[in-house]
Amino acid sequence: MDIRADVLLIVLGAALVTVVPRVVPLVLLARIDLPRWLKVWLGYVPVAVLGALLAGELFLAGGRLVPLSSNAALAAILPAIAVAARYRSIIGAVAAGVAAMAVLRALAG
Amino acid sequence: MTSDAEPGFASGARAGLPVVLGYLSIGFAAGVVQRASGLSVAEVMLMSLVLYAGSAQFVAASMIAAASPPLAVIATVLFVNLRHLLLSAALAPFFSRVPAWKNALIGAQLTDETFVIALNRLQGGGQGGSPAWMAGLNLSAYASWAAANLAGALAGGLVAHTRALGFDFALPAMFAALLVLQFAEQSSGLRALAVTLAASALSVGIALALPGNWNIIIATVAGASLGAALELWTSAPTSS
Repeated sequence: MDIRADVLLIVLGAALVTVVPRVVPLVLLARIDLPRWLKVWLGYVPVAVLGALLAGELFLAGGRLVPLSSNAALAAILPAIAVAARYRSIIGAVAAGVAAMAVLRALAG
Repeated sequence: MTSDAEPGFASGARAGLPVVLGYLSIGFAAGVVQRASGLSVAEVMLMSLVLYAGSAQFVAASMIAAASPPLAVIATVLFVNLRHLLLSAALAPFFSRVPAWKNALIGAQLTDETFVIALNRLQGGGQGGSPAWMAGLNLSAYASWAAANLAGALAGGLVAHTRALGFDFALPAMFAALLVLQFAEQSSGLRALAVTLAASALSVGIALALPGNWNIIIATVAGASLGAALELWTSAPTSS
């Protein structure tokens, strides 16, 4: 199997700039007692990052806004949210969302 | 026999099951896409095993296909993955009693998905983070990503079939479920809702307005700042 030299260079460089932000805070910040405001701030990171990631998945496709009238993802996410809220089950919510999306595509297709 | 007070590798691997299912489908699609953009199977596996970052692999593959200069690709990947700073920092307080080299290994395989699974566990437990549990979570995610990338790279044009079955919707559904579970951990549901709506709107708005992949990191910083500002201004500073 062939690996081009410039692809190898790109992957190694990209891996380096990826691993540093992943590792450095865990190694350095675990050693020091963070100020209260920073702990409060970090406590909101999960909700914020999940909201940002989810909205991108639901409303965007290929860098474009998906029209609300033809947004199947917006409909399929509802059963996933309902299952997560009712049963506290991540895997159940994933199954509900995938099944809803499959049904919607079958109906549309 | 050890008690289950210290959650172990197998427990972490089980907790990673939703991530594994999501990665098997999205990783398969990633393998197909990378192969279609001109990478060899070996190059796809190099990306998968060494870079191990879904959106960055998509971005890198498309830039390589467009014959972008290596430094431009690397700089773009840096920006795409800079959000890991926030995730790594948010996990850090739970791993203060863990040796630095173990924290480095835990962080090296950090992804959006493993982060939220880990945090969900750590917030509920009350005890510190377990490196063995994290290794179980991380390695199950890593192995499923690599296997799915390989299968996708080898299979080529079957992606339409998994799309019809809705498997590409596994990751959005998991994000939604984790968001719902996060609300239970928040001190105020109303503040969490405000943060969610602000981060969502900013994420979409910035993605439409700005080139590049700035939307997640800007929306996360702004959303977390809004939540912290609301909490610090509305709660009496008795426990400073």
